[in-house]
Amino acid sequence: MADDPQSRSDRWQIRIRDLHKSFGTQHVLRGVNLDIERGKINIIIGGSGQGKSVFMKHLMGLLAPDSGHIYVDGQDIIGLGDVAMGKIQRKFGMVFQYAALFDSMNVVENIAFPLLERYRLPKTEVMERVRALLTLLDLAKTAGIEQKFPAELSGGMRKRVGLARALIDRPEILLYDEPTTGLDPIATKNVDEMIRRTADEFGVTSVVISHDMASTFRIADRVAMLYEGLIVANGTRKEVLASPNPVLREFVETSGAVQFGGGPS
Amino acid sequence: MTEPSASPAGESAKPELAPGQQFHPLAFAGRVFSPLTGAVAIFGDHIILLGRSLAWLFRPPFRLRLFFEQMEFVGVGSLPIIMLVGFFTGAVTALQAILALSLFEQQRYVGFGVGISLARELAPVFTALMITARAGSGMATELASMRITEQVDALTTFAVNPVQYLVTPRLVASCLMLPVMNMVFNVVGLIGVYVVAIVSYHIDLGQVLELFRHGVDPIDYIEGLIKAFFFGLTMATCACYQGLNVRGGAKEVGLATTRAVVSTSVTVLVLDYFLIQIMNVLFPYGGL
Repeated sequence: MADDPQSRSDRWQIRIRDLHKSFGTQHVLRGVNLDIERGKINIIIGGSGQGKSVFMKHLMGLLAPDSGHIYVDGQDIIGLGDVAMGKIQRKFGMVFQYAALFDSMNVVENIAFPLLERYRLPKTEVMERVRALLTLLDLAKTAGIEQKFPAELSGGMRKRVGLARALIDRPEILLYDEPTTGLDPIATKNVDEMIRRTADEFGVTSVVISHDMASTFRIADRVAMLYEGLIVANGTRKEVLASPNPVLREFVETSGAVQFGGGPS
Repeated sequence: MTEPSASPAGESAKPELAPGQQFHPLAFAGRVFSPLTGAVAIFGDHIILLGRSLAWLFRPPFRLRLFFEQMEFVGVGSLPIIMLVGFFTGAVTALQAILALSLFEQQRYVGFGVGISLARELAPVFTALMITARAGSGMATELASMRITEQVDALTTFAVNPVQYLVTPRLVASCLMLPVMNMVFNVVGLIGVYVVAIVSYHIDLGQVLELFRHGVDPIDYIEGLIKAFFFGLTMATCACYQGLNVRGGAKEVGLATTRAVVSTSVTVLVLDYFLIQIMNVLFPYGGL
């Protein structure tokens, strides 16, 4: 059946059903239902403290829900053991809000880390793949970048190194946790372009957590809004902009970046 | 307008319950004993972390590089401070022992007295406290920083188990290097004794050595090594637990480091008492 989340769908890569999560008395996710479209940029918007990052951490098993299901290509990942979960996690790459680069490693060691941990590859092949990504992400032109440590990089460069690390093992799904937070407008635009280009060139399914409305409506294929632990709006960019949902309208209009019934202002 | 009081004025003060609230003895007992149950829960969490870390020791991949890096950090990196503290501990203890023994004109026993104190007690405990201050605090700070900057989560996204990658090498390195550093402390401590007793106080070396050889048994050193092994286990577990369980920002990283050092130091001293009791049964003290 096409709509059965337990069967592999050509259109939907991740399907989330009735996801609940509490921390003590705080009920953060209150029954999230959402489908993530394969090969597209799916952006989840919402205010601070609405559970966006908690939701994203569930997608690749960094947090376990209290109840609910997450189907990745039809396979429920909730309750999987270490080995089976490891196989699922190899489909994912994650770009963290502040890049989460390993302080004790230089740029090359950071980017090569997933390859070195998972496979026994010749050093030359690892370096080839690292350098190809550095070139693709416009990092190669920075002198001596390979031997630099995270502390020596700017915020935008860190994010790109984080993306290179997430991309090196050619994941099917890329998760971005607030990728433009703390960046200036030019760096934000560059990161947006990087997300768009990565989706187009690698064909990966992108899931982006954001509260940057300008970025969202510039690059999103699909937009969902998480509010008080529930998805209150979900659809293509056009569908969402036509939504009558008052919470969504207020959130988007307050940003001033887009107007309802139109595109980015 | 204020609500009328439920009890007449002047009646002895009693804890009042809000309207609709009932007194539940179990909930009350839970609140009263919550510090105790909390402490038991934290102790349990330490044991679980230790168990998981040991379990991961026997599962591939085996990252030898990480083990050697940690051994260098815990062992080689601590060498200067251990030698400095070891020398002065031996020297000071010898000084005090000579003053006490001189009352009976028995200064020649200084090598035996200080040697056995170093072997059984001073070396393992001081080594553990010094390495906790240097390496244990470093471990807690590093892991706490990695936790708050999401580097620990990043490891998980690459299907790398953080306990296996971060805790197991630190645990093994601590368990191996504390006994080694304990022996370094003993040797340097005896050099301190030599400097004070032989060089400064001109006590006869032959007599000191003879009494030392008769009085200090290899078993005394084995006891010290066993203690150092368990102190290493304690230090790595406490430091890694505090580091990995931090939430928040820079302030919490500092607090986690403080908690790691304090909890390890206290546990080492408490554990020392119980290890002495156990080893007194296993290896009864023979004396001279």
